[in-house]
Amino acid sequence: MSATKTLFDKVWDSHVVHKIQDGPDVLFIDRHMVHEVTSPVAFLGIKNRNIPVMHPEKTFATADHNTPTINQHLPVADPLSANQLRMLEENANEYGISYWGLGHAKNGIVHVVGPEYGITQPGATIVCGDSHTSTHGAFGAIAFGIGTSEVEMVLATQCIMQPKPKRMRININGKMSKGVTPKDVALFIISQLTTSGATGYFVEYAGEIFREMSMEGRMTVCNLSIEMGARGGMIAPDEKTFEYVKGREFTPKGADWDKAMAYWETLYTDEDAIFDKELTFDGSLIEPMITYGTNPGMGMGISNDIPMADAVQGGATTYQKSLKYMDFNEGDSMMGKPIDFVFLGSCTNGRIEDFRAFASIVKGRKKADNVTAWLVPGSHKVESAIKEEGILDILTESGFELREPGCSACLAMNDDKVPAGKLAVSTSNRNFEGRQGPGSRTLLASPLVAAAAAVTGKVTDPRELMVELV
Amino acid sequence: MAYDKFDILTSTAVPLPIENVDTDQIIPARFLKATERVGFGDNLFRDWRYNQDNTLKEDFVLNQDKFSGKILVGGKNFGSGSSREHAAWAVYDYGFRCVVSSFFADIFRGNCLNIGVLPVQVSAAFLQKIFDAVDADPSTELEINLQEQKITLLPTGESESFDINDYKKNNMLNGFDDIDYLLNIKKDIETFAENTPL
Repeated sequence: MSATKTLFDKVWDSHVVHKIQDGPDVLFIDRHMVHEVTSPVAFLGIKNRNIPVMHPEKTFATADHNTPTINQHLPVADPLSANQLRMLEENANEYGISYWGLGHAKNGIVHVVGPEYGITQPGATIVCGDSHTSTHGAFGAIAFGIGTSEVEMVLATQCIMQPKPKRMRININGKMSKGVTPKDVALFIISQLTTSGATGYFVEYAGEIFREMSMEGRMTVCNLSIEMGARGGMIAPDEKTFEYVKGREFTPKGADWDKAMAYWETLYTDEDAIFDKELTFDGSLIEPMITYGTNPGMGMGISNDIPMADAVQGGATTYQKSLKYMDFNEGDSMMGKPIDFVFLGSCTNGRIEDFRAFASIVKGRKKADNVTAWLVPGSHKVESAIKEEGILDILTESGFELREPGCSACLAMNDDKVPAGKLAVSTSNRNFEGRQGPGSRTLLASPLVAAAAAVTGKVTDPRELMVELV
Repeated sequence: MAYDKFDILTSTAVPLPIENVDTDQIIPARFLKATERVGFGDNLFRDWRYNQDNTLKEDFVLNQDKFSGKILVGGKNFGSGSSREHAAWAVYDYGFRCVVSSFFADIFRGNCLNIGVLPVQVSAAFLQKIFDAVDADPSTELEINLQEQKITLLPTGESESFDINDYKKNNMLNGFDDIDYLLNIKKDIETFAENTPL
């Protein structure tokens, strides 16, 4: 066996407790993030078995999926949501798990607060009952979403059983062009691979475009790994990563930091390491992207026309069903289509950098009258930064309001639902039928594209509104 | 939790010849608010089954009396999207014990295996044969033999083998679940935990 290893192999192999012949690996989990929706049945499971949480200190609970994004100081009105939130709090208290509930200063979307407080660390294995757990791969961690049965396994034994995924590397060189953001890079990759193109693989993103990205940008890219079917995606940690992680509440300090660094500095893919699949794209060709269909793979450069059914992979029936739902036609241009809602937020694009980008476009302009805009920070920390950096003033001046943190209209479990038939430009991660509310229609895009739509009231190329750099 | 044993399943099938059926279609997010695993079958494919005024969408396959059975047959890339195990629970709770497709999304497949729904991946050609046969005659029965890892279209006897790892196969044949396995190696896990760097 070759001594050379990929980044993924290094982290995975060092966490295997036990290998089962013709079966999964028993994988040790360093960090378990828990939220209110996918955990109650798991807690019920260990309660029925009368077993404790094995490592409450490696388990972190926050409320995000169900929470309202206005008036968070009031009791949650929806009785079912309120019940789920109460259950999480009770379970966390009973088992000694730290709980950042509604109203807590550290509350926010699980995949936003994990990195913010240093729970997310390079070389760790991180799971959560949420598919966008892949976000944490931005730090060189193996992070992926799990089902509730697996949440129960991790609570009970700090392990899950997973067959080891295959290895894929996606190389993108070149620089991001004007108006292109990490979200566009991710939507571009998914449009090339389709939503099942990376199923069975764990992806490593490599190349100049990712090296040059901020940690926030890397999180956006890794977040969307699941949308191409991959279990997760990761980027080798570098100085930027260590700089981001250093000094946060849960990161190692003093001698422990030096010990951790000694491990983290080994986390890269060896030169001769072999991937099961390797893809390379030219980053300079990526444009601002927008989706036109009902899965994240149905995306294209914003100035393109919707492809004809015979030009796309997959069955024509499924494709036409999708366009019918969207009320679009093959060959339509997306530009100029009137929109009704704009959503800025989610674990994909709810970080400070996303609000900076949004503000850069709306500054000095006004929100279009036909647009309802929901601007939802990913956490209280993001919310504070928005205020401190003066972004809130820009937003307010332009006629926008800032809401309180949570998953919000990304999956519309709370009241932030796009009404049936209405068209939303959304910085979230899924444009599935009804994802943002029954009958809602979603166009996935970057914060820049969302901002351009918010001030013009229609699908607009953000490059037209960007100040020329001198 | 432990689940029913799976050995041989002979049943008619419900065809859903659509690709990329995502978990938001299988069960929309607004129905994920329960704190116990009950009642999810009522909301399986909720927005495809019901109009917004809660009347039935007559043309949807689950609303057509001629189709029934314990086997759900879906198009390529079935179960893409979120990690919600509720999707697998809804499939199970509605009465399905097996989902057949030419390709499954990873997490959905794993969730099914963890709760006792068998995901059977067949070739695109065999999937089409099933769709054609069931479309022509909804009383067409399929046989899923887990021990032999074989799926058969009973009227014609055409069959195909399918993959499942030995560990999971044994679990499903016996109704075992992973937690019992993990609890049995708890000492190894504790030793491992003491030596982890993070």
